[in-house]
Amino acid sequence: MPAVSRRHPGLVIGKYLALAFYLTFALFPLYWLLKIAVTPDALIFSEGTRLVPSAISFDNFVTVIFQTDFLAYFKNSLIVSLGTAFFTTLIAAGAGYAFSRFVFKGKRIIIAIMLITQMFPLLMIIAPVYKIVADFGLLNSLTSLIIVYTAFNIPFATFLMQSFFDGIPKDLEEAAMIDGCTRFQALRQVIFPLTLPGLGATLGFVFTAAWSELLFALMLISKNDTMTFPVGLLTFVSKFSVDWGQMMAAGVLALIPSCLFFIFIQRYLVQGLTSGAVKG
Amino acid sequence: MARIELQNIGKSYGAAEVLRNINLDIEDGEFIVLVGPSGCGKSTLLRMIAGLEPITAGDFLIDGEWMNDMRPRDRDIAMVFQSYALYPHMDVGRNMGFSMEIRRATKDERKSKVAQAAETLGLTHLMGRLPKALSGGQRQRVAMGRAIVRNPRAFLFDEPLSNLDAALRVEMRLEIARLHQKLGATMIYVTHDQVEALTLADRIVVLNGGDIQQVGTPLELYERPANKFVAQFIGSPTMNVVPVSGAEGGVTTQNGILINLPDASKVTEAAELGIRPEHLDVVDPAAGDLLAVADVVEHLGSDTNLYVNVDGLGALMVRKHGNIPAKSGDKLGLRIQAEHAHLFTANGRSLGCAG
Amino acid sequence: MRRSLYLKYLVEPFIYLSPSIFLIGAVMMIPLIVGISYSFQAIELLNPFNTGWVGFENYIALWGDRKFWIALENTFFWTFWSIFFQFLLGLGLAMLLNTDFFGKRLFQALVFLPWAVPTFLSALTWAWLFNPVIGPLPHWLSALGVLPEPYNILGDPELAMWGPIVANIWFGVPFFAITLLAALRSIPGELYEAAQIDGASPWQTFMKITLPFLAPMIAITVMLRTIWIANFADLIFVMTGGGPANSTQILSTYIFTTAFRKLDFGYASAIAVALLVILLVYALIVLWLRKKLVKV
Repeated sequence: MPAVSRRHPGLVIGKYLALAFYLTFALFPLYWLLKIAVTPDALIFSEGTRLVPSAISFDNFVTVIFQTDFLAYFKNSLIVSLGTAFFTTLIAAGAGYAFSRFVFKGKRIIIAIMLITQMFPLLMIIAPVYKIVADFGLLNSLTSLIIVYTAFNIPFATFLMQSFFDGIPKDLEEAAMIDGCTRFQALRQVIFPLTLPGLGATLGFVFTAAWSELLFALMLISKNDTMTFPVGLLTFVSKFSVDWGQMMAAGVLALIPSCLFFIFIQRYLVQGLTSGAVKG
Repeated sequence: MARIELQNIGKSYGAAEVLRNINLDIEDGEFIVLVGPSGCGKSTLLRMIAGLEPITAGDFLIDGEWMNDMRPRDRDIAMVFQSYALYPHMDVGRNMGFSMEIRRATKDERKSKVAQAAETLGLTHLMGRLPKALSGGQRQRVAMGRAIVRNPRAFLFDEPLSNLDAALRVEMRLEIARLHQKLGATMIYVTHDQVEALTLADRIVVLNGGDIQQVGTPLELYERPANKFVAQFIGSPTMNVVPVSGAEGGVTTQNGILINLPDASKVTEAAELGIRPEHLDVVDPAAGDLLAVADVVEHLGSDTNLYVNVDGLGALMVRKHGNIPAKSGDKLGLRIQAEHAHLFTANGRSLGCAG
Repeated sequence: MRRSLYLKYLVEPFIYLSPSIFLIGAVMMIPLIVGISYSFQAIELLNPFNTGWVGFENYIALWGDRKFWIALENTFFWTFWSIFFQFLLGLGLAMLLNTDFFGKRLFQALVFLPWAVPTFLSALTWAWLFNPVIGPLPHWLSALGVLPEPYNILGDPELAMWGPIVANIWFGVPFFAITLLAALRSIPGELYEAAQIDGASPWQTFMKITLPFLAPMIAITVMLRTIWIANFADLIFVMTGGGPANSTQILSTYIFTTAFRKLDFGYASAIAVALLVILLVYALIVLWLRKKLVKV
């Protein structure tokens, strides 16, 4: 392709126009979010559609952080997302290891079931899950969210981990076993250090997924003190639908952890998503 | 060290049988080479001895102790992998000392043993490096060092030289031979390269299609192959085989030439005659047993390889010491060194040497 | 004794697998079965005395429910246009990223960013962008003559669905680009060199080498993505809640609002089973088509 562009200057211009289009399309909405968040209250309506605000203020952030419950929502979301990421990665690493290293009866069926769970409408089970969680008395608890999210994310995380294990030669743990390790010792001493990047990527993926989940959280949480960030923001929107600046400031805050994790997992994206690749 | 016995060992994956009735007694300190074409089950057999594959039939004993169900760690066997399988996150020293680390040897003991092994293999200056900073030959040495550090009951080698270039392969082959002399340990070595087999082995085990074809010293296999498969697998270049039928005092080829044999007692059963390229002599066209036309002639300096066609018999190969001044299209006479000719039955069984 | 090591090889993988199997079974498979049984019951949390098995009553009600048919039609509209634009733009982006240009690493990180934005936030952001009070889009659209005056299309039953679709495209293009880029990178470079030596034009190279190589990946990605998008309720729920006048109600939002707002679990489950059946039929057709095409 580069050889082609060198021949036709028209193609080069077209290419850079296309790059500019994609960049604008991807970033403009986020820019707008940030712009409204830093526009002083007094200017929001008068400069509502101006591209660059004439003044900048961080009052909205201060208000959101110190005068609303957002800090509590933020904390709840962090607990749920980190908990989900931790447990999912741990459990999926085990399953991914089994898929990668063993040939056993029932393997195909279990893989098929995991693939199916990626396809059926999860909303289909929202009513039964609600009733089961209610029967255990776990409504409005972060624990129930962690359990539910962990189960939802296991299949994808398992395929992801499997692809990372597949990339580690089997010879290594066999060598370790001949050197005197039990299988578990080989796993801990030899395989684990080599899967660290894979574990990190899986943690990132699952964290991002848990951070943005809305509908189950909406169903299972109704008390203000256990609301996660998405639920809190949404109730905020429906209650105070006029305070744009504060809502967008809250939105910018919600974006921060996702972006941090995104930067972290970015280089695994292409590798990871092709491997098990069912879910977005 | 160790005496290893395989009694009626078999391996099957579900209905597929990959090894059957393997019987082999390996003496203490013996160097055994398992050789065969790819897919013959030689690596599987080695992995079963190591404990990496479950044994599905038969008994496996080390020093008389039944070992079928022992985990690899309890068998006290070291193995050198084809891929070397060095731990990428550990430096050379830790790679070599890892088995002792696992067995909770004291740090001093570990250090002295590793240093000793490194000395033997000339690795002392590389101790702090990670495997990715080593050349192929150095990795190979580290893999061997890892095996000798713990002084195991037996060494297993799974095609250890196949990832090296030709020159390095010869060097490492010598190294392994020296190591065996020095340690006097039982060694089992898998390869598909018959030169490695012939040069290293005390005894060679030829496997094909999951069966042992023959067990014997290199010379036994070369001089008295049990069947056509072994005859053609061992020895380079490959033995020529032509169809024949028994006759008075010898055999006749398909184009009706009688070849007199010193020992014609078994010719009635003979269906094929085998003759190694080095056992054909090039003579005057009028004087030989066969009349041949040279197709391709390779001058190697020390040897000459002649690919010739014989009317009614097809292509044969001749290898002679020194330089034979022949060129493509020349007519040559070939004389068969009848005392080195082999006879095979219709199903490939050897009738022995005709000499 | 003879079988012990053998048995260990059979049992060992399940030690590593059991937590996954347990969780998936307890949190997904059992509720799935329970959910199907709900569709044959009356379960309204707001009406606790009216419970019990009702046979096919929920399904009969569904058959006569005009909202259900509207939602079904909307589901097709939503899914088709979302996937169409996501795929086209995703393919274009993947081809761009498969070339070399200055600042490519940064560019790739930035254009993939929407994928990392939490869905509820994407929904809110786009809802705000479409709001004429604080968003520029209505003004631009009216300046271009698409809209007669700058108003919020999310309130217009004729156009409302395009709001969530645009948000969905924005959110989904990176996914397609990532998947297709990985597939593009798996095409051996020698093939392009060979084609160049054979004198193929760029267009011929694309048609004869790139597309055939990508085809299996495209087929499987589009199929899985179609199912995923048909189920994807978050954007619509946040942006329009299914309104105005059900013009953006798709089956999955209908399930959610029925379960969440009305707490009518029986009816919600019946809609869910209907959606599941439709998706199954779709998957079977795609698999059948693939088998037929592969044979030829």
